[in-house]
Amino acid sequence: MLLTVVVFVFFVVRLTPGDPAAILAGPDARPWEVEALRESLGLNRPLIVQLGIWFRDIAQGDLGTSTFGKHKVLDLIQQRMVPTISLAIMAEVLAVGMAIPLGVIAGWKAGTLTDRSIMISAVLGYSIPVFWLGLMLIYLFAVNLNWVPAAGYTPPSEGFGDYLMHLLLPAITTAVVAMALITRMTRATMIETLNEDYVRTARAKGLPEKVVLVRHALRNAALPIVTVIGLGVAALLSGLVVTEAVFAIPGLGRLLVDSITSRNYPVIQGTTLVISVVYVFVNLLVDLSYAALDPRIRY
Amino acid sequence: MAKEQRATGLSIRRAPKVRGLLKASGQLAKSNPTMASGLVIVLLMVLIAISAPVLFTEDPNAVEPRNRFVGPSTDNWFGTDVVGRDVYSRTIYGSRVSLIVAAAVASVTTLSAVVVGLLVGYYRWVDMAVMRIMDGLMSIPAILLAIALMAVFGGSVQNVIIALCVVETPRAVRVMRAAVLGLKEEMFIDAARAVGAPTYRILARHILPNTVAPLIVLATFIAASAILLEAYVSFLGAGVSQETPTWGSIMAQGRQYLSRAVWIIFFPGVFLTLTVLGINIAGDGLRDMLDPKLRRRM
Repeated sequence: MLLTVVVFVFFVVRLTPGDPAAILAGPDARPWEVEALRESLGLNRPLIVQLGIWFRDIAQGDLGTSTFGKHKVLDLIQQRMVPTISLAIMAEVLAVGMAIPLGVIAGWKAGTLTDRSIMISAVLGYSIPVFWLGLMLIYLFAVNLNWVPAAGYTPPSEGFGDYLMHLLLPAITTAVVAMALITRMTRATMIETLNEDYVRTARAKGLPEKVVLVRHALRNAALPIVTVIGLGVAALLSGLVVTEAVFAIPGLGRLLVDSITSRNYPVIQGTTLVISVVYVFVNLLVDLSYAALDPRIRY
Repeated sequence: MAKEQRATGLSIRRAPKVRGLLKASGQLAKSNPTMASGLVIVLLMVLIAISAPVLFTEDPNAVEPRNRFVGPSTDNWFGTDVVGRDVYSRTIYGSRVSLIVAAAVASVTTLSAVVVGLLVGYYRWVDMAVMRIMDGLMSIPAILLAIALMAVFGGSVQNVIIALCVVETPRAVRVMRAAVLGLKEEMFIDAARAVGAPTYRILARHILPNTVAPLIVLATFIAASAILLEAYVSFLGAGVSQETPTWGSIMAQGRQYLSRAVWIIFFPGVFLTLTVLGINIAGDGLRDMLDPKLRRRM
């Protein structure tokens, strides 16, 4: 699957109109100058040869050099990784931390007004455009109330509080979609497990309702919830592209969007590769966590 | 061809809905008020889009530099933008493009999912090849894929539709494939084969009709997702040209002036959210109604 992504991205990128050599050389460049640049970038060779070189380099752990400026792609990605990962982790923690309690309550009180209002908010959560929510939050909390900075990013080395404050709104913005999906899934599986015989037994034993809900029902409902959390990471990556643009955070998503608009082939290829690897890795983690959650599953 | 597809796509999706609603609206409102309200929102948006010229709008592209950044007032209900264009008119006209994109993407994607899904679900060897490609496409974040494709195609409404169809198809094929795989094992398929029905007949007469319910539900969710994606792509600067007002492009243009003229972003966003919310609620309701088994899964 990774192979498909790499090859697909390689061809889409190269079929895109727009010539990096021409952009790099500038509008006043003579044709032969552009030609020379193209040759030095290796863009004049047949596509298949270019693909072969790209594969050889990946195998050696070399993601190439950016077309503009002489940065190593790997260095660029490493630089941009920290903000993106911090944001992703904060968003995921927020999403899971809010969604599971909400979903448990909704499932427990199924059919009541509480349940209804939680579910309507969940649908609303994945109907709102992420960037609109982000902009409205900026308008309310940064422009009007001045509680948090409107945009930008401070590395944790320059003050941890500042770092957290900068990430708060973006994390909330990114978390909303995942939160909505996890809430729905938690509710649905909770309703199912709460109807099981062992839950009735647990209640009959006189166990407190809290213990029944968490130890007996939620534990058995965990598998599908974990699956959705895993799927949510993919949605999160998509969301991050938008959130980073709204909050001017120098992360991977911004890097990718910028490199797409400037036709920076090596950077596009390298970043997509990294994102796909993360995606595959998360799916693997989800699969492995099944075994931890359900002793019947072994690999 | 694309125009034709768009037009038929609209009529296929809307006509039965409208008729069904007229017939059973009272019943539905009583038995499933949430779904009814979702349908009402969607219908309202469609009505607004159709009757845009008579809804007290002016030319959405009429520039009036002297009236820039005027807040919401009796003259400009939703205020004006950076060059004095009326945000209300742009939002109302924007609903046209956004809804056409949604309807076209939903119908084209569903149709291609039917064809590919039937083949993939029924023939093992097609499955191996096609699903690897689909998995690959799906592991690229939807927004990035859409932006990359828009960079290839260039910004026009037609190209947005094509790009979003490419983005949405893999998911749709997966749903269709799952449905076909499940049906293939059913007894009545064995029975059909036993009486000598050819494969195409099994596919068309025995499998296809049983996938209609999930397909309708699928189409609604694709429509909702298409509206959102179009807005994201426009917002990131890769969507339709700035001349065409869509909810996404209006907000993209208003973004720089957030602290000065929040109304440019606020109102189109409310319309967009309401529409997507309506479609999602209606879709949820449809799913529960058409397939009670699915209810438990989401």
